[in-house]
Amino acid sequence: MVDIPTYDVLIVGGGLAGLRAAIAAVSVDPTATVAMVSKVYPMRSHTVSAEGGCAAVLREPDSFETHAFDTVKGSDYLADQDVVEVFVREAPLEVRQLEHWGCPWSREPDGSISVRPFGGMTTWRTCFAADKSGFHMLHTIFQTSLQFPQIQRFDEFFVTSLIVEDGRCQGVIGFDIRTGVVQPIAARSVVLATGGNGRIFAFTTNGSICTGDGMALAYRAGVGLKDMEFIQFHPTGMPSTGILITEAVRGEGGYLYNSEGDRFCATYVPSKMELGPRDIISRAMVTEFEAGRGFTGPYGNYMHLDVRHLGEEVIDRKLPFMRELGLEYMGIDIVKDPIPVRPVEHYMMGGVDADITGATPMPGLYAAGECANVGLNGANRLGSNSLPECLVFGASAGRAAVRYARERTAPPTDNPIAGLVRDEERRIQATYLDRSAGEDRIGVIREDLQRAMDRHVSVFRTEEGLVEMAAELPKLRERLGRARIDDHSRAFNTELVQALELECMLDCADTMVISALERRESRGAHARRDFPDRNDERWLTHTVAYQRPGDRPRLEYRPVQIGNFQPQARTY
Amino acid sequence: MTAKTITLSVKRYDPERDEQPRLQDYEVPFHEDWVVLDALNWIKAHRDGSVNYRWSCRMGICGSCGMNVNGEPKLGCSAFLRDYLPGPIVVEPLNNFPVLRDLVIDMDSFLEKLRWVKPWIIREETALGPGEHRQTPAQIEHFRQFSMCINCMLCYSACPVIAIEPEFVGPAAIALARRYDLDSRDQAGQERLRTITGDDAVWDCSFIGECSAVCPKGVDPAKAIQQTKFESTMGMLLPWGGTK
Repeated sequence: MVDIPTYDVLIVGGGLAGLRAAIAAVSVDPTATVAMVSKVYPMRSHTVSAEGGCAAVLREPDSFETHAFDTVKGSDYLADQDVVEVFVREAPLEVRQLEHWGCPWSREPDGSISVRPFGGMTTWRTCFAADKSGFHMLHTIFQTSLQFPQIQRFDEFFVTSLIVEDGRCQGVIGFDIRTGVVQPIAARSVVLATGGNGRIFAFTTNGSICTGDGMALAYRAGVGLKDMEFIQFHPTGMPSTGILITEAVRGEGGYLYNSEGDRFCATYVPSKMELGPRDIISRAMVTEFEAGRGFTGPYGNYMHLDVRHLGEEVIDRKLPFMRELGLEYMGIDIVKDPIPVRPVEHYMMGGVDADITGATPMPGLYAAGECANVGLNGANRLGSNSLPECLVFGASAGRAAVRYARERTAPPTDNPIAGLVRDEERRIQATYLDRSAGEDRIGVIREDLQRAMDRHVSVFRTEEGLVEMAAELPKLRERLGRARIDDHSRAFNTELVQALELECMLDCADTMVISALERRESRGAHARRDFPDRNDERWLTHTVAYQRPGDRPRLEYRPVQIGNFQPQARTY
Repeated sequence: MTAKTITLSVKRYDPERDEQPRLQDYEVPFHEDWVVLDALNWIKAHRDGSVNYRWSCRMGICGSCGMNVNGEPKLGCSAFLRDYLPGPIVVEPLNNFPVLRDLVIDMDSFLEKLRWVKPWIIREETALGPGEHRQTPAQIEHFRQFSMCINCMLCYSACPVIAIEPEFVGPAAIALARRYDLDSRDQAGQERLRTITGDDAVWDCSFIGECSAVCPKGVDPAKAIQQTKFESTMGMLLPWGGTK
């Protein structure tokens, strides 16, 4: 084995967090070499679908303290308050940095950056680029990254394992999707920024690429996955496809109506109405459905989200993409028609166990963005906190990774890695490419996983449902082991990619289901019908799940960092 | 039950097995609200796992699923089956790119062209100042439409110039160059303009306008090209160059 490409920092994932990490790394050390490895072209990353905006304290009368309090209360007191403190202070710097890089933030007549109200935020602090905030942020930062020759991209490269030598993460093994050739990329440090895993569910806002790959890579290497029971259901998904209708629709003044014409939020979040946090409004909607106060359509129950009173001018200026999506995918004009919506899986609060700098317990391995859990979001993330999270913690992970890399010797490029590559090559060949017989298809097993997760690990959970799901997972895994493979070619074999993604999804699902089963309380997005109350005495604690091959994950619990804000009843 | 179906005729090509691309027919369920991408996903999950194509967001924003549908460049996620009744629907890779597999094109050339036009803010000072640059809504309007490009490559597939001159930098890259040239925060002056008015750039365009016609996001690359030509001409005629 000769000429293993070797870098100072290797970043897996080319979305907002990964690109921010890459630029941070070369800004700290312009001599550093960075490999940006992504299974898609970076501008396809799911950041592109973020709509509503990016929260940051930009000016008076807003304050760091209120953003911090809103975030902690929104998290149902499971956020680590030291992390929240850093986050709220750095978010405005990152918003201005993106502005300097050219992000077309929407502006006030005087040219300053506009802000809009958002759920669970006590004041207007969400900056936005109309209703394509994620799209503009991603393209801005991707295009900005093109000026750094130190950042070398490996587009459409699928990572299958981490290289762990001497207890340190020293690179990755994967394959170029175009050729199917398995190869290593060595690095002194590695940052995981692979995004979420929403495709574990059938009804999700997430793109097809959100399959939890980075979480699974870390988990298999012995790093824990933290708070995986906390899965966000966004209240307003398109009933048919799950396409996201942004919370900014309510931020700009949209109303939610049940089938009796009532703004039902008055019953659940009277002081916030439609701008209550996502977990509570999603529960309110399901509760109303169960009471027979939802509309009924071909995709089940739904509510009406109404912006007609805002008028065409405001809608076209602030919510043009929503109008476009309504026309295209629902055949409605939101200027004239209410928008049908129902709760939809949207975001993973949990992720790779990482500290405030993005460092995981494994030396040399960092994580940022949705794939990480640095302790910011607790049991429920506030809308518009995830884009600044990608920026703030992407940057800090990039900086920490390059500093770590500077103090290390080059990774080994000889026998140990060559052996690992041979093993991985054999595994892929034997497990998938050589297999043709079998009844099940990868796509069918994936659909069965998704439907079962929708049924059992949804807005409300029960012991029975979670037990059933826990029993289902090994069966799905066993079916994957026997599935037929139609595609035996190496070049751009997306069936192989899907099979490997399904492995990742099953690993993530194990931790989600078992963490949810064991948490016998209700907190944030984790609502147990059999344990409806929050129990701070027992459960003011993070869950960390560790893999035990062939067995359920082992769970550990870790205290939450409380700061200025003592847990109190969470009412709005 | 005899559910309604429609035929998708998919261009298949595997460089390891096929001498030439070929069409393969699949009978797929017809649903009123299905798009071509839904039909492809159904084929891949239930009939033939070896059909390869790119996709992700299925909401017209990630730009992955550009393909030719009955000969027209489209996003697979916004081409509704109901608009092609009774079928068959012929689905092929975009034109003017090498094909890696089935519907998957090699678009690395675009990524190189994109970098070549310097799609980033160029300014004297790079340190982060204490505040934001002011930019009024009217100033955003100057460049806004050019910033909406999702890099889906439909315009490259439609471009008659690229077809005969693959080195042409192409509509999307020029629109994005224009996006930065028109941004009030940018101070590139002639730097970017010189690039896109040099070889293989705006002067190669014969102004057919197909790029703007096929853009799914309302971007008008033809206008960007015209503006650039005009500005560069003014720059030659006037000592102070073009205007921002």
